[in-house]
Amino acid sequence: MKLWKDFSNGIIKENPTFRLVLGTCPTMAVTTAVFNGLGMGIAVIAVLICSNLIISLINKIVPNEVRIPIYVVVIATFVSAVEMLIKAFSPALDSALGIFIPLIVVNCIILARAESFASKNPPLNSIMDGLGMGVGFTLALVFMSGVRELLGAGTFLNMPIFGAGFEPALILILPPGGFLVYGLAIALFNKLIVKKA
Amino acid sequence: MKLIIIVLSAIFVNNFVLSRFLGICPFLGVSKKVETALGMGIAVTFVMALASVMTWIVQIAILVPLKIEYMQTIAFILVIAGLVQFVEMVMKKTSPTLYQALGVYLPLITTNCAVLGVAILNIESKFNIMETLLNGIGGALGFTLAIVLFAGIRERMELAPYPKSLEGFPIALITASLLSIAFLGFSGLL
Repeated sequence: MKLWKDFSNGIIKENPTFRLVLGTCPTMAVTTAVFNGLGMGIAVIAVLICSNLIISLINKIVPNEVRIPIYVVVIATFVSAVEMLIKAFSPALDSALGIFIPLIVVNCIILARAESFASKNPPLNSIMDGLGMGVGFTLALVFMSGVRELLGAGTFLNMPIFGAGFEPALILILPPGGFLVYGLAIALFNKLIVKKA
Repeated sequence: MKLIIIVLSAIFVNNFVLSRFLGICPFLGVSKKVETALGMGIAVTFVMALASVMTWIVQIAILVPLKIEYMQTIAFILVIAGLVQFVEMVMKKTSPTLYQALGVYLPLITTNCAVLGVAILNIESKFNIMETLLNGIGGALGFTLAIVLFAGIRERMELAPYPKSLEGFPIALITASLLSIAFLGFSGLL
């Protein structure tokens, strides 16, 4: 039961994107298309699970004063591995996400979970926490990129949804659209979900 | 001429915050007051200029000759973390008030994606050392410009009435969106 709670915590109650407002840069930068948002989300899930696991395993032998540099090195190692895998298996995703793949290192969600959860909890719970946070992040990205792609380009996963007469609102896939959709999404999330809980 | 274009492009056309989405965390976090925003901008400028040059040297002098370019991410983040620690110590000695004002955000420059972002962009664009330095400074000045403008708007917004659901981050993001639309106007500049 405790494991399930650790998992579900990241999806709604402490959704990293809409509640904690962490990892904002990739949230806005890659959500121009659902494919990119989904790819980014999966990459972050992989890094988050691995880094949470390792950090939870080594936290007893890491001296407190140098823990942050050590966490960063652990995270950077997994990010490099994920970067190489994406380059090898999905060059299209690699060129779409560009520098935001190496920048997963500085995604605050990962360091925040390492510091506030994985360094204090046993390995299995840390894996579940990483998975939950990662899934929460992915769902948020898919939601945002869905809205932006649908209204900004008139497509969903590159399939045209509306007829030829639809004039897409280009501004939504340009940078201002990222800020606008994110702002409104947080407001909507607060209004609909947090009030009830 | 090429150097001027790099600086102008980094400040206005490809503004790090408003069109590349780099460094959003401090942009949203430290922009409640113009003064602290300016302090943050100065600290980031210093770190970014140093980090650009240092990471470029690490790439050319260590990673490429040893053929370990895949270590780039790890090497760069370590260089940046070291630099931030250094700036923190210098600032604690020379300007305790600014140090107090920046508080937790100073160590957080390490995880400011603008710093790592500029380092990687410099290598990807195959810049030489002069272009690298100017791109770092230009990018940081662009960051400073954006955060100071944004803080100025937010100071005035304190008094403005808006719906309760929009309090906090949502209204800040919508403001940033309008600022970003304004910066889109620069896209025809170069």
